Amino acid sequence: MSGSTLAPQVGMLARRSVVRTFRQPAMIVPALLFPLLLLAINSSGLESATNLPGFPTDSYFQFALAIAFVQGALFSANSAGTNLSSDVETGFLNRLSLTPLRRVALLLGQLAGILALGMIQAVTFLAVGLVFGEGIEAGVAGAFVIIALSLVISLGFGCIGAFVALRTGSGEAVQGVFPLLFAALFLSSMALPRDLIETDWFRTVADWNPVSYMLEGIRSLVITGWDGEALALGFACAGGLAVLSLAATSAALRNRMTRA
Amino acid sequence: MSRGSFTSVALAVGWRNVHNYFTNPAMIVPGLVFPLFFFTAFAGGLSRVDSVPGFDYEAGYTAFVYGFVLLQASAFGGIFTGFSIARDFESGFSRRLLLAAPKRTAIIAGYWIAALVRAAFNVTVVTVIGLIAGLEITGGGLDLVGLYTLALIVNAAAMFFGSGIAMRLRTMQAGPAMQIPAFLLLFLSPVWVPYDLLVGWVHAAATVNPITLVLETGRGFIAGDPVKVLPAFAVALGLAALTALWARGGLRSAERAA
Repeated sequence: MSGSTLAPQVGMLARRSVVRTFRQPAMIVPALLFPLLLLAINSSGLESATNLPGFPTDSYFQFALAIAFVQGALFSANSAGTNLSSDVETGFLNRLSLTPLRRVALLLGQLAGILALGMIQAVTFLAVGLVFGEGIEAGVAGAFVIIALSLVISLGFGCIGAFVALRTGSGEAVQGVFPLLFAALFLSSMALPRDLIETDWFRTVADWNPVSYMLEGIRSLVITGWDGEALALGFACAGGLAVLSLAATSAALRNRMTRA
Repeated sequence: MSRGSFTSVALAVGWRNVHNYFTNPAMIVPGLVFPLFFFTAFAGGLSRVDSVPGFDYEAGYTAFVYGFVLLQASAFGGIFTGFSIARDFESGFSRRLLLAAPKRTAIIAGYWIAALVRAAFNVTVVTVIGLIAGLEITGGGLDLVGLYTLALIVNAAAMFFGSGIAMRLRTMQAGPAMQIPAFLLLFLSPVWVPYDLLVGWVHAAATVNPITLVLETGRGFIAGDPVKVLPAFAVALGLAALTALWARGGLRSAERAA
């Protein structure tokens, strides 16, 4: 099949995926509302933590802003997984497997929905950060890099949701994985910088947890400006997760389409 | 209408819900996982906060967070029972129950029994994990009785609130309407730092939030230095009484629709 037929296939499925996401307020609203709610509560409730010696900023809002991007990306996993599991449960995927549609088109089409939701989240959180915070230290270019990193994180977590959906074909299984992904966020440098975490086992877990570096990548642009190491680690962890989960999703899709 | 039939309906409804709860992991996980996440993440990740100037809670940060998580686990036991009620309406079970029960307030009493069991389970798990993680409760036996009684009153209030919503809307789509107000009420209180260290709008919200008083008293019981005990119990019982009326109204609404 030539590239000229692949593009319309991707386009059609991407359109379906994006429209489907936008038609489900139950998917979009919590994905925006809950991260903003947590940001609002924590930034005011934990402002006194900025008095700790070594805390990198005097505004907890600036520190906590990065959490909204990663928490929002976790909702992408839920959204992507739920949509895809619904396609499995309703037999839509089975019917597609009888057509000459290429697997890669299906995969890219599904990813469009994840990225559309990720873009809405990133722009919303950025706007909230600019309105209620003290600006982005890395400037306008930094804001674009935040959006880019946020989209890679959304892609990584979204593909995990899609992978679980394809492997299990069950929306309940996707919902069951959601708390585990939340654990990854909670066991990171979400609430305090890693060097200020006092509990040894927690600091060790946060050191090994890639989510810490995703948060720190975004956080560096908001608080510090351009920090090459933090950005490299952030993109490496987010990109690594995206590549691995994309490969796993692709394999699961191949398996699912073969079985169908 | 004998007292015996009231009790038998309440026990039957309670038993059915407890049985469903313990045989369905999907029902156990949400009410338990989130308090545990918060406990692990914040008792571990934020423990340094106890060295912030003005942080004056003697029992330590793990005990400070436990005070909140205990209330959260207990309240979630009540709120998620509301989810079960909504599910019973969706499946048509509640309609049959309303037709069969000679005294319908016994249905609410039955769900209350289930909520108490769920809360007791949640609280036990959270407490055991807390103790493993180094939680030190310096309060005595009487303090513990006060602490867990307060938690169970909050559980009852949460359950009555959830059941009022579930019986009015009679759909699982009502989940956020139960969860979000409970979430806001719990989190707009001195969750991570004492009241005096809160700033901005959360400080203003915590000032008028009745849960602030309940939380501070609970933390006082944990530390063996109870404060504002009578006002806290009055507030908790007041909430439970108000939400019980709300639940009674919900039952009337369901009766009209049945």
